[in-house]
Amino acid sequence: MAATLSTATGTAPNSRPMDLTRKRRWRSVFSRGMDVVVGLVTLAALVPLVSVLYMVVSRGAGNFRWSMLWQLPPAAGMDGGGFGNALVGTLILVSIGTAVSVPGGVLTAIFLTEYSLGSKSARTIRFCAKILSGLPSILAGVFIFGVLVATTRTFSVLAGGLALGILMLPIIILATEEALLRVPRFLREASLALGANPTQTVLNVTLPAAGSTIITGVMLAVARAAGETAPIIFTALFTSYWIRSLHEPTASMAVLIYNFSNVPYDNMVNMAWTASFVLIVVVLVTNIVSHFVANRSK
Amino acid sequence: MSFKTFTTAMDEPTPTLQTGKVVPSSGVSSPSPTPDKSARLNAPTVIDINNVDFYYSASKALHGIHFPIKEKLVTAFIGPSGCGKSTLLRCLNRMNDLIDGARIGAGSIKISGVDIYDPSVDVIELRKRVGMVFQKSNPFPKTVYENVVYGLRLQGVRDKARLDETVERSLRGAALWEEVRDRLHTSALGLSGGQQQRLCIARAIAVEPEIILMDEPCSALDPIATVKVEELIHRLKQDYTIVIVTHNMQQAGRCSDVTAFFYMGRLIEIDATGKIFTNPSQKQTEDYISGRFG
Repeated sequence: MAATLSTATGTAPNSRPMDLTRKRRWRSVFSRGMDVVVGLVTLAALVPLVSVLYMVVSRGAGNFRWSMLWQLPPAAGMDGGGFGNALVGTLILVSIGTAVSVPGGVLTAIFLTEYSLGSKSARTIRFCAKILSGLPSILAGVFIFGVLVATTRTFSVLAGGLALGILMLPIIILATEEALLRVPRFLREASLALGANPTQTVLNVTLPAAGSTIITGVMLAVARAAGETAPIIFTALFTSYWIRSLHEPTASMAVLIYNFSNVPYDNMVNMAWTASFVLIVVVLVTNIVSHFVANRSK
Repeated sequence: MSFKTFTTAMDEPTPTLQTGKVVPSSGVSSPSPTPDKSARLNAPTVIDINNVDFYYSASKALHGIHFPIKEKLVTAFIGPSGCGKSTLLRCLNRMNDLIDGARIGAGSIKISGVDIYDPSVDVIELRKRVGMVFQKSNPFPKTVYENVVYGLRLQGVRDKARLDETVERSLRGAALWEEVRDRLHTSALGLSGGQQQRLCIARAIAVEPEIILMDEPCSALDPIATVKVEELIHRLKQDYTIVIVTHNMQQAGRCSDVTAFFYMGRLIEIDATGKIFTNPSQKQTEDYISGRFG
């Protein structure tokens, strides 16, 4: 047996010579055709993305002046000015939204995956979160308008932040749940087998292991909230002045872009483009910084 | 029936590992049998498994398991896949609690005389005293140091000196200290598979359990790493009662004092390892050990 194996280097007597030349078969034509289709579809998907980005950069970046970051919006027909108050407003609105939605969203996801996986209440909550993630954003604004603006009789930063929080909540719940489910079971078991209770296991093992994925989800929510216009119009409205308290209306980048983009003054229209450009850069920078921080803490 | 076989066999002089027909001495430094082996087989019972039936939802996974596990001996569970050996192991520190629908239907498991399924038992305390090492090495994505002190940190130990001392003692205990002493504060995921598994053992002994459960601890390791873990098991039994599930019968032969053979959720036979491997009293055991099935 061993001898047969060791000498079997030549061609076996009965085998036909192998034909490895390429042939034009239907399946290879089909495969090549699909390659082309996939390439074209990818290109088609890139067209809107790239053209929007190109428009924003080409029309926004050129007019950018650093002073825009700390000047107030110009009056109609005037030159100069900036969007300092809108930038601050957006940062505060998104911060409030994040502060409201991240603890609630992450804790909800922990409840769903770690304490009640597969239970009826978990299924109900997940279903609600999915529905909520498809909620037209203006409805979040209308809801807060009814709950907070109409009752306090003032548009306010706080109301705007809460409306954004409502929009961010389902994104964070679903992203965090996904991240937690991806933490391998053996890590949880290792922790429990060492005498950890479920809470200690979540805090020390599961959350850190899912950390960077959760942050990706949070950033997705932040990016969406930063660009939202409709709920802000109903809640934080707009103002041409600096923000002084959380109980007053505030300017925001999204609403400024909306307002300035349909006026007949070139200065304002150009400023809307520049504001769009700055907003994209701010979201991008936040994204990069948060990933850097998350990866460093590992 | 199996229980009786066991106790009577314990009283007879047991054949030593070296005379075993099936046990290979394949160059692996097999632990030298202790001279007072038969005396040690009469060691006090630590875990008393008493007519246990176990269910996963409706399906019965264990049928009337009944035998004692003796103090400071290595007890090996062998048997084909799905025979219930891992299930039984995971009953001993109640890891099965985590599985939906898993429950003990009848019988009891007593550790040092305490019924561990009694409602008054704190499962956290139980798991501190009954450590576990898993099939796949599962270090936390933390540093080597933090992995070892994890259990102590859970208990609220903050004293740096005590933590340092525990790290060194546990890593020495797991025969890993010399290899990692210079990289205690680097990620445990950078260690080799064998080192990771020994780190998991170090992590388990850091909380000073009395019993260590090992669920196929070497199945993902190469032969050299396996030898190291087996030598470690041999050393650890000076201080701990060890229960090991293994698919590798040579391993059961090499490192256990008592072997229990399971088949289809039933305990077929339990006896001194030498006896099981040379002269099993059940036909099924003999067939399995000689490789005729399983």
